[in-house]
Amino acid sequence: MSIIDHAVLERHGLKPEEYERIVQSLGREPSLTELGIFSVMWSEHCSYKSSRVHLRTLPTEGRRVLQGPGENAGAVDIGDGLAAVFKIESHNHPSFIEPYQGAATGVGGIIRDIFTMGARPVALMNSLRFGPLDGPHGARTRRILEGVVAGIAGYGNSIGIPTVGGEVMFEEPYTGNPLVNVFCLGTARADALVKGRADGVGNPVYYVGAKTGRDGIHGATMASAEFDDRSAEKRPAVQVGDPFMEKLLLEACLELMKGDALIGVQDMGAAGLTCATSEMGARSGSGIEIDVMHVPQRETGMTPYEIMLSESQERMLLVVKKGREREVEGIFEKWDLHAAHVGYVTDDGLLRVKDHGSVVAEIPNRALVDEAPVYTRPTREPAYLAEVRPFDRAALPAVDPRDALLHLLASPTIASKRWIYRQYDYMVRTNTLVLAGMGAGVVRVKGTQRALAMSVDGNGRYCYLDPRRGAMLAVAEAARNVACAGGEPIGATNCLNFGNPERPEIMWQFAEAVAGIGEACRALHVPITGGNVSLYNETDGRAIFPTPVIGVVGLIEDASCVPTRAFKGEGDAIILLGETFDELGGTEYLKTIHGRIAGVPPALDLRRERALIALLVRAARAGLLRSAHDCSDGGLAVTVAECAFDTGGVGAEIDVPALAADPASALFSESASRAVVSVDESQAATLLQMAAEAGVPAAAIGRTGGTRLHMAVGGAAAVDLPVREAEQVWGTALERRPGKNEIRA
Amino acid sequence: MKFAVIVFPGSNCDHDAYHAVKHVLGADAEFVWHKESSLQGADVVILPGGFSYGDYLRTGAIAQFSPVMAAVKSFAAGGGPLLGICNGFQVLCETRLLPGALLRNRDLKFHCEHVCVRVEQTDTPFTMHARPGQVLSLPIAHGEGNYFADAATLAELEASGRVVFRYCDRDGQATDGSNPNGSLHGIAGICNERRNVVGLMPHPERACESPLGSADGLVLLDSVVAWLTQHGALETA
Repeated sequence: MSIIDHAVLERHGLKPEEYERIVQSLGREPSLTELGIFSVMWSEHCSYKSSRVHLRTLPTEGRRVLQGPGENAGAVDIGDGLAAVFKIESHNHPSFIEPYQGAATGVGGIIRDIFTMGARPVALMNSLRFGPLDGPHGARTRRILEGVVAGIAGYGNSIGIPTVGGEVMFEEPYTGNPLVNVFCLGTARADALVKGRADGVGNPVYYVGAKTGRDGIHGATMASAEFDDRSAEKRPAVQVGDPFMEKLLLEACLELMKGDALIGVQDMGAAGLTCATSEMGARSGSGIEIDVMHVPQRETGMTPYEIMLSESQERMLLVVKKGREREVEGIFEKWDLHAAHVGYVTDDGLLRVKDHGSVVAEIPNRALVDEAPVYTRPTREPAYLAEVRPFDRAALPAVDPRDALLHLLASPTIASKRWIYRQYDYMVRTNTLVLAGMGAGVVRVKGTQRALAMSVDGNGRYCYLDPRRGAMLAVAEAARNVACAGGEPIGATNCLNFGNPERPEIMWQFAEAVAGIGEACRALHVPITGGNVSLYNETDGRAIFPTPVIGVVGLIEDASCVPTRAFKGEGDAIILLGETFDELGGTEYLKTIHGRIAGVPPALDLRRERALIALLVRAARAGLLRSAHDCSDGGLAVTVAECAFDTGGVGAEIDVPALAADPASALFSESASRAVVSVDESQAATLLQMAAEAGVPAAAIGRTGGTRLHMAVGGAAAVDLPVREAEQVWGTALERRPGKNEIRA
Repeated sequence: MKFAVIVFPGSNCDHDAYHAVKHVLGADAEFVWHKESSLQGADVVILPGGFSYGDYLRTGAIAQFSPVMAAVKSFAAGGGPLLGICNGFQVLCETRLLPGALLRNRDLKFHCEHVCVRVEQTDTPFTMHARPGQVLSLPIAHGEGNYFADAATLAELEASGRVVFRYCDRDGQATDGSNPNGSLHGIAGICNERRNVVGLMPHPERACESPLGSADGLVLLDSVVAWLTQHGALETA
């Protein structure tokens, strides 16, 4: 090795055998610039080298799929000649180092992925994980939470895309490694989707957007390594977001896409200019030649290495038709943006980078993209499972179910997230049919009768206990949530958050979870159209819970029939669809009330889940459902209580069969494939009949009315308290958590 | 009857205002780009919400220098009905078409939620169809909606009946608890001396269809239609 020794390789996150491959594909030793380019393209983040063999097993095809994995985002047909374009992505590592900018630029990145496909972004969601808000790191966690929420709000609100929902969970293993997963959905004409291609030799390549600075260099490499106590030193690898610039880019790109001057476009996200040029070339089998002297620069004296690896935000790379340059430049000028002509498409399949005319890098695009290493890493079932899975249900001490319910309602994972979503503009664009906190996100599609429902779900605790079943439950819950809003699940995206894949135990979790996602998606006929993998989520050698997060998109045929969580008035019949079993393993109840994370998560029968989802969609479409709420975290008692909240104090009286010696299972078990719905008294028989025909167990368990929550198990009163008292606890818990007052911006 | 919706770079409620006017109200609407110098014969002008110029420097501070603002000012000077919503209100204050300023919310956080406002004055083009004291449910979505003016200006606004909308509870009581952002005197919206220029922080254009949570905002659009019908009749008489 010449200037490239082991220390250089290590700084670039490359293994010696990977370096050998580089030398082989080039037929010579790389320059430092070329090494940098290889290092980001072959990083875990860009190459999916550890995950690829597993991801290939996921179902990606379906009758509505217009675009599966491999492009900037996936797309499904939603009728009326329109497509829904959506994807979820993580920004975990940057959000821990710099919460506000990390989260903000995560939002910016996923929005660019959507509009590069030619879609107008219409909704955002997010899935967040933090450590506990109390305990030794509570104050720091609160600071991270505040920063992340402010960052998501700051970016999404400014750019004018509503954040219509999401989920947040608090668990100890996320203390040193929070998760920030952001989802975006846009709509486009189905016949006008734009691809990230570089076709047509001689066509000009344009750079548009913010100038390139030294920020974010090696961000993709950072996202592919574990954290330790020196991680704060990596702060310069976090980028700074400018939502105003992105708003201009968004409008200008959509205006350009209305015409036919554009060939292809890709945003410069992870690995920046390097990734955009090589991926666009590789998709088309073409080459791209650029001269970095034409790249707009924010700082002086930047080297080609720095320019190629910078991850400055709000930049796009475009290939346009030769001869249409003036038209393209004119559109960007209108929006006060400068489109810089940086190069051309060639026919040699090479990424050729020049600096003032002299070649500084020349690499086959194929080598960077298609020939990146793929590892089948060893897997091993972790030893901890043998310790945590056995769990003696009968040995749990008896507790007062009323106290247990109040404790659960105050748990940050279950408590109202109003403190968070009130900071998000969830109404801009006037499409939001379900206000934040009231169920799945639902936006209408103007100009049609239809609406789109969306939900992001995942449960790391379940996956810790059984990654395969936990992942299946995540798919089922997300699909059930959109069905509760009347949406037929038509597509999914996944964000796979795991620890260090070089450890066989982590790789086992990953393999199991992906297998579970595949199985559930196949059974529920929900294809995966894209997603993102985030590995190395560890701090000081401690991994997060394995956390696959699933985003499901549902199609609502009639936007005027969208049930929400809340009861609509007195005297309605409350019906439990699905069946409760004695399943306390892995539940929020077991954790919050008994301080244990143990057992196995609830069983899942995918045929039952599919039948329930179909029933919910049919009943919603028939206008039968006055309210519908998925029954999951906290079990039936929490679900019924949540249905009574935000109603102005409408109570409920229910009675459910006993399942064990104590009422805990009946009230707090998290059995899958269940939903609580309310219907007009006169329609109860109709719904029960529909359920029977669909093969879904269903029972009228009570009635809405009064001002109290009255829950009986096997005829014996278990919980009796005023709705207002319970709602007060649930509604203010997140604000009242310890650590709150220690934080001042 | 034609509405102009001004589009600044960074406007993001422009489509919402356009939709409400064109598709809900059923009137004519045009987007007018900020670099234009004419309002293309508009009868009503709306400065929409959003983050014009990213709200860098100060909210609404840079938009006042857009070429179109000269035309907007002369439209207002001629007595034309001009409505500034949210960022549009901030722009009106920066332009001095309305007095005062919008500061950061008192808890320093962005707020998005439905709030109640009371219609204090029904003699503006945008409230003439409302009942005095009528309580409207309208969404707010802002980080800087905390209305501030010096004591003399506030006294003058109150004395001359130029506080058009005030935050209140469901029963129409203007309490501190119903004030979402710390605005002085619970002010949600005001008008100029001539009463043709109205600015408010809540979003009436987001509250024009009941499936979205409220249709109370329509009264502002209905009012200006009625006002134009009356005034159009006066001019031609």
